[in-house]
Amino acid sequence: MAIIEIDQLSKSYRVYQKGEGLRAAVTGLFHRQYREVLAVREVNLKVESGEFVAFLGPNGAGKTTTLKLLSGVIYPTSGRAKVMGYVPWQRDNEYRRRFALVMGQKNQLWWDLPAQESFRLHQRIYRIDPPAFRKTLDELTELLSVRELLCRPVRELSLGERMKMELIAALLHSPEVLFLDEPTIGLDVVAQHNIQQFLKYYQEQRGITVLLTSHYMKDVAALCRRVVVIAKGQVQYDGSLSGIVDSFSGAKVVTLQLAEGTVPQGLERLGEVLSIQLPKVKLKCSRIEVSRVLAQLLEQYTVEDIAVEDPPLDEVIAAMFSRVSSEEKAAEGVSQ
Amino acid sequence: MTALATELSSRLMTWWIILRIALEERLVYRGDFALGTLMRFLPIVTQIFLWWAIFESVPTAAGSGQTKALVGYSFPDMVAYYLLTMLGRAFSSMPGLASGVARQIREGEVKKYLTQPVDLIEFLLLGRVAHKLAYYSVATIPFALVFFLCRGYFSSGMPDVYTLSIFIATLLMSFLLGFFMEVCLGLVGFWFLEVSSLLFVYMLFNFFLSGHMFPLDMLPEPWRSLVEYIPLKYLAYHPAAIFLGKIPREQLLFELGIEIAWLIFFVFLARWMYARGLKRYSGFGG
Repeated sequence: MAIIEIDQLSKSYRVYQKGEGLRAAVTGLFHRQYREVLAVREVNLKVESGEFVAFLGPNGAGKTTTLKLLSGVIYPTSGRAKVMGYVPWQRDNEYRRRFALVMGQKNQLWWDLPAQESFRLHQRIYRIDPPAFRKTLDELTELLSVRELLCRPVRELSLGERMKMELIAALLHSPEVLFLDEPTIGLDVVAQHNIQQFLKYYQEQRGITVLLTSHYMKDVAALCRRVVVIAKGQVQYDGSLSGIVDSFSGAKVVTLQLAEGTVPQGLERLGEVLSIQLPKVKLKCSRIEVSRVLAQLLEQYTVEDIAVEDPPLDEVIAAMFSRVSSEEKAAEGVSQ
Repeated sequence: MTALATELSSRLMTWWIILRIALEERLVYRGDFALGTLMRFLPIVTQIFLWWAIFESVPTAAGSGQTKALVGYSFPDMVAYYLLTMLGRAFSSMPGLASGVARQIREGEVKKYLTQPVDLIEFLLLGRVAHKLAYYSVATIPFALVFFLCRGYFSSGMPDVYTLSIFIATLLMSFLLGFFMEVCLGLVGFWFLEVSSLLFVYMLFNFFLSGHMFPLDMLPEPWRSLVEYIPLKYLAYHPAAIFLGKIPREQLLFELGIEIAWLIFFVFLARWMYARGLKRYSGFGG
């Protein structure tokens, strides 16, 4: 049985629509115009126990809203969801002791006190047995190498160190389901890498279920086998990360290293020329044409080296996002 | 039965940890803390000078040689009254509580209380108890000193044990009443994101109608009766009036009962507002 089941889940907000300028502000005092915003629309999703799933999508796509729904912070407008058999927004204490939500920019630690104190508080509110607490805390501080920072006030920690502490606080009660909203936002490359390694190891060891939202493709590539792309409140894709490239981009990138003296003329006949920095040339062509293009290239030019790659994932995804939103606009245009 | 006992002891342990941590946090900023504590004594000095000037300008009843009195208060009575309201307010005033609650709502910090098995009001109450304990630990000595130096102003001396115990009970109750009233104000933040003007109005009423500014029994009718019926008087005037013997002995318990009723009302109001507020918050976006 799936550990997370989402069935036709929708959430809409009413937002106050203010026109521009002072006049509109004054009118707004007496009469307010509201607009319905559909943040999540009829999302269906099943996640099996032990999966590490990434939510991808542009800002405002509904990723965070979905996590908020699953952690019981907000009620849905319609639809159903169950996590470990609990309805999240009923906020059963039993449920709350079995999952954790980490939001990258939000602080759950006491700012002026060492993180250790916040951990002790968590031990009490989650009712963790003292021996289990000791053991978990030792293990986590070891893995994240923050032992010597436990006694330092949180306000004196760097962003990366603080994020590590946030993760420890969230994992002390050994949650079975973990929701991570942008856990590496604002971190430098080293800190990002550390957190990724830790999450990967921890998830594999414990076999917990993790839902992650992130803008960093590296996070996703390092951690998740399954990717759910959400845009405009709907699931656009559900599958493997490499599958995104297959289903959303029919293109390949061919990089050529030309021999000295070769003139790169007439390349545009074979595909879209991305860049020419002699002796290197980059060319984009459609997947089905690759073999024909390669044959012609080798025949017509003196080539020293050749490589065929998928286009960068970031680009594919950006292209997909923009396609989704232009389709949306077109659909709106028709309905009006 | 044992399950209940375990639950209870578990809760008590949690409360103890929250209390301890809040106390530790309170002691981090030593300078601000010490200064804040001592500065509390400043306003009362200016008020005493003000009343001294007022009493100076009141003409003595011709040739009677009596002590000057204003609506039943002589100058020493007035000083005693102010010292006692200062003590009462040390229990009932809640600096930053309502605005803090509103800020937590506005900035989304309440999410923590939705996803973790903790209760906001419980947490705030323990935090405030810690706040007060830290304050008393520092303020007791200057308070005692001031009361000792001013002992001459307490013309009727110490009240009897019964009155004194009701006085102490009222002080503790005023802490709870002040706490729950301010929590209710802060929870309005679920409906209006900005509550500062509301707080300003509350502070203004509090200042005049709690007896902080002047003894409430100086007020003419119908104000005199009005303040009797609103709970603000318990925050400053009421404890002082008990100590000074202004409330007949046989009425003391009855008054305490009314105060308890108000407290229960505000506890329920806070609970109800919190539940409704969360519902609204969850419905609107979080």
